[in-house]
Amino acid sequence: MLGYAVRRLLMAVPVMGVVALVVFSLLYFTPGDPAQVLAGDTATPEQIAKIRTSLGLDEPPHLRFARWLWRTVQGDLGASIFSGESVMHMIGQRLQPTFSLLLLAVLISIGIGVPFGVAAAARRGSWPDRALTVFTTLGFSLPAFIAGYGLAFLFATTLKWLPVQGFVPLSEGLQPWLRNLILPAMTLSLVYSAIIGRVTRASMLEVLSEDYIRTARAKGVAPRRVLFHHALRNAAVPVITIIGIGVATLIGSAVITETVFAIPGVGRLIVDAILHRDYPIIQGVVLLLSAAYVLVNVAVDLCYTFLDPRIRY
Amino acid sequence: MRRADIRIGATLLAVMIAIALLSPYLVDADPRALSPGSRLLAPSASHWFGTDQLGRDLFARVLWGARISLLVGISVAVLSSLIGTAVGMLSASNRQLDAVVMRVMDGVMSIPAILLAIALMAVAGGSVLNVVVAITIVEVPRVARLVRGIVLSLREQPYVEAAIAVGTTQPMIVIRHLLPGIVAPLIVQATFIWATAMILEAALSFIGAGTPPSTPSWGNILADARALWQVRPTLIFFPAGFLFVTLLAVNMLGDGLRDMLDPNQTEGQ
Repeated sequence: MLGYAVRRLLMAVPVMGVVALVVFSLLYFTPGDPAQVLAGDTATPEQIAKIRTSLGLDEPPHLRFARWLWRTVQGDLGASIFSGESVMHMIGQRLQPTFSLLLLAVLISIGIGVPFGVAAAARRGSWPDRALTVFTTLGFSLPAFIAGYGLAFLFATTLKWLPVQGFVPLSEGLQPWLRNLILPAMTLSLVYSAIIGRVTRASMLEVLSEDYIRTARAKGVAPRRVLFHHALRNAAVPVITIIGIGVATLIGSAVITETVFAIPGVGRLIVDAILHRDYPIIQGVVLLLSAAYVLVNVAVDLCYTFLDPRIRY
Repeated sequence: MRRADIRIGATLLAVMIAIALLSPYLVDADPRALSPGSRLLAPSASHWFGTDQLGRDLFARVLWGARISLLVGISVAVLSSLIGTAVGMLSASNRQLDAVVMRVMDGVMSIPAILLAIALMAVAGGSVLNVVVAITIVEVPRVARLVRGIVLSLREQPYVEAAIAVGTTQPMIVIRHLLPGIVAPLIVQATFIWATAMILEAALSFIGAGTPPSTPSWGNILADARALWQVRPTLIFFPAGFLFVTLLAVNMLGDGLRDMLDPNQTEGQ
């Protein structure tokens, strides 16, 4: 198992290498001088020169990439063009709100999506099944920022049950932390729980038609036990896979949701960086969140052996 | 059910496309015309959806916004399908090339779509063309992977092996035997790309990295309303409603087409 974990991590290295190359190269796809492009039309020659130096644009591309990669591997993502602050430090300061939001959204999504999918599969064609179909279609058609405004309008502005915007750190208590995060997390969960619900249903339907389920039922095993003990565990591999793949959607939606709910996380950092065309920050955030996504999927692969003992590496 | 999905989706989409095409004739008001004297007016007979903080007619802006959203959606769906098909087929045709191309595609797909689009827009600058290019770059790997997978499986089919055995030329095999097998799943994929592209365009414009602020797009209208939505919620809900209905139409059409063209896939679902 440990050997497989190491091998799987090593397999992620070339993928991250390509991610790094893509993120690094983006700046050089645009025609013209990248320093001029980033500085904008109104920039002074001094500002352009400063950007050129900070990005190392005077060096040949391969040397620049090698130097940048070496610094990045050591945890140095460069400095913000606008404030001069270390990008790693800026991201570090904003990780807690984003991580809290993502964690809560994952828990809510699994809490809604899995039982919903199981109920829909257990009674195919019944109201939970039809409700799941409607829910998934609506979930896929409702962008996070629109859902966010809808929920904020209902629960914060109209009913006044929850705060409209802002973030309170966990160190100030669980209740205020939860009260501020519940709406943004629900916003993120809409699409994510729809994806999980749909895959859970499909996977459960496949497992429920297996011979061993029929045998368990024939032996008089309680329906609930058949469903949750015999079927769900065997249906879990595709569900876990989609939870891992869906993290990309979740991370992307978090960037927008943080803007709607004024959460001072990594998403807000990248949105603010767009306004200043602060490319080192954009580069750093894209690289770190992509690395997080790759690592989540490595963890998902490792989960398979726990869920299904037949899977051996 | 699947026929109903297609019918409802196609009808709603046709209405939205008609609105987009006819918007200059449906409203007299200029969507860009500022009127500081009529700021933040509530919906009324003279301004059906009210006005925004600069006194611009929201009904005109929402109707004109349909043009950008649909233009970006359709353009990205067509471009990424064409480029992705070419990349996928090329990749499937040569093992060495396949190893390199697919690693690059895996790398690009490891970057969350909106983040890659943000990074591209940050260097390219805000314009409708750049939005189309950025989202196309994001979507091409997904199409390429799909097409490569289908071509690799089709190549093993006896009828393709028979065509090779009787000396059919490579281009003829591609045109006669491979492309027809790709078309159905590609159409389904294109509808989902269409929906994704509209969401990404709106999201990019919403955070200030999409279409230029002067262009009325649904994302820009939502971005303008960000600070004022608690005072005048209709500033958010009208453009949001139009975007939601259009996305619903495209998704229903895509779901219906998928079920119709690939009954095996949904049999167990």
